[in-house]
Amino acid sequence: MISIQNVRKSFGDLEVLKGISLDVNKGEVLSIIGGSGSGKSTLLYCINAIETIQSGKIIVDDIDVHNPSTNQDKLRQKLGMVFQQWNSFPHLTVLENAALAPRIVKGLSKDEALSIAEKELIHVGLGDKFDMYPTKMSGGQQQRLAIARALAMKPDYMLFDEITSALDPELVGEVLDTLRMLREDGMTMICVTHEIAFARDVSDNVAFFNQGVIEEMGTPDQVINNPQKETTRKFLSKVLS
Amino acid sequence: MGSFFTPLSWNDSGFILTGVMNTITISLVAIIAGTLLGLVVGFIRSEANKAANTALGAVLDILRSVPLIIQLILFTTYIGAMGHPLDPFVAGSIVLSLYTMAFMAEVFRGGFDSVHGSMITAARSLGMTYWQAVRYVQFPISLRAIFPSWLGVALSVIKDSALVSVIGYMELLRTSEQLISRTQQPLEILIGVGVFYFIISYPLSLYGKYVERKMAV
Repeated sequence: MISIQNVRKSFGDLEVLKGISLDVNKGEVLSIIGGSGSGKSTLLYCINAIETIQSGKIIVDDIDVHNPSTNQDKLRQKLGMVFQQWNSFPHLTVLENAALAPRIVKGLSKDEALSIAEKELIHVGLGDKFDMYPTKMSGGQQQRLAIARALAMKPDYMLFDEITSALDPELVGEVLDTLRMLREDGMTMICVTHEIAFARDVSDNVAFFNQGVIEEMGTPDQVINNPQKETTRKFLSKVLS
Repeated sequence: MGSFFTPLSWNDSGFILTGVMNTITISLVAIIAGTLLGLVVGFIRSEANKAANTALGAVLDILRSVPLIIQLILFTTYIGAMGHPLDPFVAGSIVLSLYTMAFMAEVFRGGFDSVHGSMITAARSLGMTYWQAVRYVQFPISLRAIFPSWLGVALSVIKDSALVSVIGYMELLRTSEQLISRTQQPLEILIGVGVFYFIISYPLSLYGKYVERKMAV
């Protein structure tokens, strides 16, 4: 499980996370919604130690993420992450993109790494693109490649940082369908997203972030269908209109 | 009465060939050493903080701004005056390599900077260490991108290597100068030398353009 305990994070004088606490249990899907600058993406970056924190604790399966003695490279193998920008490796084919980390990070043989990569690519619907270079593919396909590339490391958790925000509207569906499929597979996920309908359908819990604090958290029915706070209602009416 | 000057003949081909080989040798040395040093310095430039970068940038600026011929003469004279006269090949290789390094460093730096930080973050998020991300992601992407500029610098080094003649290295230009003073046939010889540089440089620059076009698609 991922346990976030009273986490504070600042960039210079600007405090972007003001004491965040939440838990995500194995097999759960948490969606984080909120306006830009609310700190929701920063929290993801802190969970896999791309960003440091000022105080508080983040525990991933008994590992204290920001303890200096923690091997963060090793930790990141448990935490797959997909970003707004898909960041496909342009010098490698689709298959090599997904096989690179299993081979060099986990030290698998080339054949083992390739067979894992093939499996994950087929899973996300890219079974006919193995030898293509990612720059020739659509944004939606590249984003699915990024998901397969992360899954090939067999992570225990997946972190998604607004992965449909940079996509053309007609490509959003295929990426969200891939996430729905992961949900069916039982993957534990934290999704920072602007897709409110998706968050409502797929999540066990939804957290609404506002200016670095969790304004409201609960089931989608509570937070999205029956928001208690004025700020939540305002935000939802803006994004749903 | 035999002439003091003897015309160019096939007997001179061995002498000319020595010049050709020496030009190729010193160019290769400078390109290889300059590339390796430039790679390291360019990487430091791309990663280092502002203070280190300003200091390093100043040294590179001097190397790139002072004409090569002055650097060659200054270095050779200074080292000689210090009591360590160097073989022209060694002195020429050092100066030409450092000169090449100064240009290569900026080429490499531009290449490394062109790989967006988010690409490295994505690699790190897969569990790669810093050096794995550099070796398997940042380097291969940037090295492909800079190949045309790298080739441009390498080509100019081949041509600039002619200047090493001023410190007495027997490369192509200096052998031809000696032949000219013996034969008094400057036109034929200098055209021949020009053709040689052209034959080496032009196909390489065409190849560079071809690669550039291919990568742009």
